[in-house]
Amino acid sequence: MVATSHDVMPDIELYQPADEATALDLASRLGNEGWLLGGGQDTYGWLKDRNKTPAAMIELTQIDAWKGIKEISDGIEIGAVTTLTEIANNPLVQSRYGVLAKAASVVASPQIRNVGTLGGNLNQDARCWYYRRGLDCYRAGGNICYADSPEGLNREHALFGASRCVAVSPSDTAPALVALDATMVVSSSSGERLIPAQDFFVGPDRDILNMTVLNDDEILTAVRIPSTWANAEFYWEKVADRNVWDFALVNIAAVFKVSGGTIEDSRFACGAVECTPRRLETVESEVRGQQRSEELAVRAGEIATDGARALNYNNFKIPLMQNLVKRAIRG
Amino acid sequence: MAYMHIGKDFTPPDVPGKVTGRIKYAEDYTREGMVYARLLTSPIPHARVLDIDASAALAMDGVIGILTADDVYPDGEPQSTGLKILTNEPTLVGEPILALAAVDEKTAESAIAQISVTFERLPFVLDPLDSLQPGGADAYNGGNTFVFRQGFVEEKWTADQVASFRAGNEPTAEPQQTVEYGDLDAAFGESSYVYEGTFTNAGYPHHSMEPRSALAYWEDGKLYLHGGSQSLTAFADGIAGIIGVPKEDLVFVNAATGGGFGQRARAGSIPVYAVPAKLSQKINRPVMMRATREEEFTFGGARQGLTGWIKVGFKPDGVMAACDLWIVSDNGGKGGGADAYSAADCISVLYQADAVRFRGTAIGTNTAHRGAQRGPGQNQIAPIISPILDVAADELGVSRLDIRKINAAMTGDVGGPQRTPFTSAYMPEALEQAAAEFDWEGRQSRRRQTNGSKVIGLGIGQGYHNAGRSGMDGIVMMGADGRLKIHNGVGNLGTYSYASTSRAAAEVLQMPWESCDIITGRTDLHLPITSPQDGSNSIFTNTRTCYGAAQDMLTKMKEIAATDLGGDPTDYDVSNERVHQIADESVGYSYAEVAQRAIELGGKYTGSAELPEELAEWTQIAVSRLEGTGFMGIFHDPRHEGNPPGFTVTACEIELDKETGKIDILEMISIGEAGTIMHPKGMDNQLVGGAVWGIGLSAYERHLYDPQNGLPASTGYWQSKVPTYLDTPVKIETGWVDLPDPENPVGARGIGEPSMGSVSAALTAAITDALDGHIFGASPITADMIINHVAGTSEEAVPLAQNNFRG
Repeated sequence: MVATSHDVMPDIELYQPADEATALDLASRLGNEGWLLGGGQDTYGWLKDRNKTPAAMIELTQIDAWKGIKEISDGIEIGAVTTLTEIANNPLVQSRYGVLAKAASVVASPQIRNVGTLGGNLNQDARCWYYRRGLDCYRAGGNICYADSPEGLNREHALFGASRCVAVSPSDTAPALVALDATMVVSSSSGERLIPAQDFFVGPDRDILNMTVLNDDEILTAVRIPSTWANAEFYWEKVADRNVWDFALVNIAAVFKVSGGTIEDSRFACGAVECTPRRLETVESEVRGQQRSEELAVRAGEIATDGARALNYNNFKIPLMQNLVKRAIRG
Repeated sequence: MAYMHIGKDFTPPDVPGKVTGRIKYAEDYTREGMVYARLLTSPIPHARVLDIDASAALAMDGVIGILTADDVYPDGEPQSTGLKILTNEPTLVGEPILALAAVDEKTAESAIAQISVTFERLPFVLDPLDSLQPGGADAYNGGNTFVFRQGFVEEKWTADQVASFRAGNEPTAEPQQTVEYGDLDAAFGESSYVYEGTFTNAGYPHHSMEPRSALAYWEDGKLYLHGGSQSLTAFADGIAGIIGVPKEDLVFVNAATGGGFGQRARAGSIPVYAVPAKLSQKINRPVMMRATREEEFTFGGARQGLTGWIKVGFKPDGVMAACDLWIVSDNGGKGGGADAYSAADCISVLYQADAVRFRGTAIGTNTAHRGAQRGPGQNQIAPIISPILDVAADELGVSRLDIRKINAAMTGDVGGPQRTPFTSAYMPEALEQAAAEFDWEGRQSRRRQTNGSKVIGLGIGQGYHNAGRSGMDGIVMMGADGRLKIHNGVGNLGTYSYASTSRAAAEVLQMPWESCDIITGRTDLHLPITSPQDGSNSIFTNTRTCYGAAQDMLTKMKEIAATDLGGDPTDYDVSNERVHQIADESVGYSYAEVAQRAIELGGKYTGSAELPEELAEWTQIAVSRLEGTGFMGIFHDPRHEGNPPGFTVTACEIELDKETGKIDILEMISIGEAGTIMHPKGMDNQLVGGAVWGIGLSAYERHLYDPQNGLPASTGYWQSKVPTYLDTPVKIETGWVDLPDPENPVGARGIGEPSMGSVSAALTAAITDALDGHIFGASPITADMIINHVAGTSEEAVPLAQNNFRG
């Protein structure tokens, strides 16, 4: 039976490690019973609704090593518990990686950005309301998808990559980081691994219970953005029902290297159309070496939605995605 | 007229408390020994409770007790529509089944998880048209509609009738209600342009910030109930009956209310306040019950969704000749209201059509309780009718402003199927003022201008609600200190009307505001009955009572002065807190002196004799407790004649992006036509607040239920898409006509509801304008709908569906 309204935090252990080693040790020891807590914006709803019931929370916001923005030999590194507000306002990010600053600046609301972290925005769980409601869907370990059904409410759901689940990637920063070819720094007590942003996110065909490749004992500690796309032309747009405190119906992040009006190279990623940020490699191929023009924009838009499968109520995402690709190419 | 207080800004006395956070809402109170109640609500849209096993919960440490429907209704639950306190027959997800009290909320919530409830699942339905289908599920036990004196009955159409309606045709079934005036066929025969089409309005929730939380305890035989309400004494009067406590034994404490838009006006909309009262009685402990945000969206309720067919005819000169309206109303899980009839009434009032026919049928669904939310029917029909006027204007070659002026209501006109005369009506003036201040004519050159994918749309719209009642009571008191105490039973829901209406009393006695005290906030301060503070009525209704009570005191002052100091009462006047002879101001009493004399004289001067015969029971109790404690002015307001209207006009300019479906409201102005303006800042707040609701109604708010399991999907501010600051204009300009109404002693009428309707009408008209006259026949018009329209993408939504509005 589906739970009714609770709105009360349950009893839960709270760990507040002040250093990396302790945090990683806790993550290793607690495994899937240890809930990683950043700004809490994806956490408290789950716990107060009692639809997730971990034994403990590991609060990461006291670990200074995982905060802040710094230059590295090839680009910049952003700690995973850096707030979205700090990223949006950081001069380095604004000047070199404007697409990320822009994306961070439109996440949710100012209040949420003030406490919400980059790691939290990237690792947040699916926003499909059936799943969040605590229904026994595939993603929750059941054997049904309520959204991809003849009567399902699926206006916000996926056009691509459906595999039992049709939830979409809700993050605004994720497409920007995929476009910037960022690398995720993932740590555990047994070491560190570096994962390209595009490979960090996983669809339901690979893992229907998780939206990233993080293992239970691992923590996303930082994101590195190479200098490859520093100072590149960029385009960012988020279309949501509301201009504050909303998730994208479709968002787009694109970076360009342009010379004399010719697009020499580019990277495109769209959010909210698939369970992962959708890299638009066919669009990148189409526009490479081409002069910017309305004809190119239209053609690229149509290519972008090749293979899209609309559900009952999300037909509109196809022309919307096409339009956003067009707008990105127009610049 | 030069007034001392009327039409002037002031600082209501509770503002400092709101700014500093010191003012107390229901959840801010505590009481020694207080325990916490939580609700177990139905997870199923339609069911019957077969068994409740709470033994494990009751055995837990810290659990005090439970309250069930069997406790509340020992003789069985009422078999009618309307919210119940608790129920064993839930007809919507989230309906309260039982309450459990524990030492803290966490324990209570954990204990509720240990309660086993065995339900019998019953068929459920979310769309009235599905219920009307042959074999369609019925929302209630015994039918899908409720007939007065007959009970629940089942109403079905043929499958062809439902299909034909969904296909866009006039319903052919027999309506439950038909009201009409004029010769409809003749009027359509005179028409040069006729629009005909179907439409849907999504329901929209109540959205008050403060949830329906309450604290209750019993002391010395009295029940003390702390809760949030729009209507202090009217609410207390009603909740006493629901709880079953004598009126004289209830103390309702309600200093401030965190928002209310109709559903907190009457006790019948919040019977859940009886839960802590009855639980407290059962376990003999003070009980605090906090409602959750989600519960605000379930038993907190929503406006009715309307599914309709409309046919409107216009004469060659733009006069609206006829309107034929057929509406199926979504009555939700607990019955609804008369929104559909009010929609027809609104068209008749605003556009003065020669002939109007309304046909309506109300059908239940297993969705939220339906009731008030800023305007029954008038606001739902506003975004539907306004674009029709514009298309007609374009077809007939009449300007969009002129077609509204041609049809505008004015003093001497009548409105509605009952053909009720207006007390006064200045719609032409409001249209002129809005057009002038917005430079409507000058902006026409910008109409449909494009800039890339963006296009300019212009819209103008009107709002209406009946804005005044009468028949209530007023009390003012004065002690030997000479201060005027205005006993006001109007609730404090954030509009400050409890203070605005009190100023009518100060005006009569020419009393400096600093020498006035508003007595309000809790009923043991002995307050008169007032009308429920809903339906835009407070300013009209309660200025009459405050004015009348002060007039009674003024008359008595003059009598005392004339008796003691010589002359006739007509020889006296008041100024500077004195009653004095007109010819010689040195002859007179200070207010302190005349109050002292009144107390010495007693009798009618202190409420001991010659009371108005018609005083309400609630007022009689208050007067009996005030009797002899001071100089009293008391008044029972006789009924007025006619319809005091509240009107608004809004004009706006938008930029619509055809590629993203997004709209940006560039400029907006709302003009109020509400008689004399009592409190300019309050008026401005009403117009701006209503504008945000209107923007939500037209372009954002959604009301979703999952057809597979009946679960509500829009149970929070995020999911229901209430507009945010960045979805509304940076500045919403306001203004008002400010002409007095003769049926009110200070000329005032109300404005709450219409301020939403005109904005919705104007915004929808602007969207239609930007899209070259395309009429969606729906509210809201969301980004996906615009994108689909522009792209020519087919929509898969079920036509005219309620509660899963475009998924």
